[in-house]
Amino acid sequence: MMRSSKYILIGILFGMTLYKAEAVSWFRIYEMFHFQSFHMYGIIFSAIAVGVLLVQWIKRTHMKSTEGKEIEITEKDKHAPRYIYGGIIFGLGWALAGVCPGPMFIVLGSGYTVLVVFLLAAITGTFMYGLLRKYLPH
Amino acid sequence: MVPTFILDIIAFISQPWPWWVAGPMIALIMFLLLKFGKEFGISANFRIMCAADGAGDYADFFKFDWQSQGWNLLIALGAVFGGYMTSHYFAGADGNIAHVSAATVESLRELGMNFQEGQVPLIPDFYSWEALFTLPGFMVIVVGGFLVGFGARYAGGCTSGHAISGMSALQLGSLYAVIGFFAGGLFMTYVLFPLIF
Repeated sequence: MMRSSKYILIGILFGMTLYKAEAVSWFRIYEMFHFQSFHMYGIIFSAIAVGVLLVQWIKRTHMKSTEGKEIEITEKDKHAPRYIYGGIIFGLGWALAGVCPGPMFIVLGSGYTVLVVFLLAAITGTFMYGLLRKYLPH
Repeated sequence: MVPTFILDIIAFISQPWPWWVAGPMIALIMFLLLKFGKEFGISANFRIMCAADGAGDYADFFKFDWQSQGWNLLIALGAVFGGYMTSHYFAGADGNIAHVSAATVESLRELGMNFQEGQVPLIPDFYSWEALFTLPGFMVIVVGGFLVGFGARYAGGCTSGHAISGMSALQLGSLYAVIGFFAGGLFMTYVLFPLIF
């Protein structure tokens, strides 16, 4: 039980953070893509800055996970096409919807049940990608 | 009776959080998951949900040990709870307001969204069942959802997987993905929004 509940608690902390920082707001994403406020960039840049330090700490100390194994960070392959093409499609959706996958779950929880449709649409998108994968440039 | 210090804590949490609290908190969440032997990436849940519904019959991409990824579904479930709790118990006096800049209020007018400064809602009114059957609502919810689900998997991750986890690990692929996110986002915002709204 403890093993599972820690993930729910992390999810709750994630939800509170993005909600209270207004990162779940369509209007904040709109503002970000208009470069009209530092707010969203501050969130992303400070997360990356602290994240880089934490990842370096993990790597330099060969830190072990709670499961006793050395923490491995999967190296992503460096071929560019899939990141650029996939990234552009994701970016079109992110700006349009004003939510990315995390905020979608958070806004759904805050009472906007219509986001169930968004979730189904996103699952359908992922399913279509799975079907078309072999025809797409990676 | 609730002790005063608890009310003080609730009031403290209920203020809008500045970026310099939220950013490091997100990094901490990523770190905790690494410490538990996992990797932070919310959009992977769409693939897990496909696999759990039997999509493996249609494409090998969905044939994987999705049961071992249950922890990620719990993160998503926690995020749903987090959204519920925050909106119900930690909303604060102006918790339903997005404190966007004056310039943003001005440019929203160009799209026909007339808000007063300081009164822009956190959640737009086109996130509703009624709006689903209008052009903007359908585009935002159905087309937006589809593009997010398709693009995230094509790119191999979303904001959490690439912009946070990947960039923190200084992965070049994630930088390309984030450049793609912004290229797509800017095209949508500047070129397509005037046609949709």
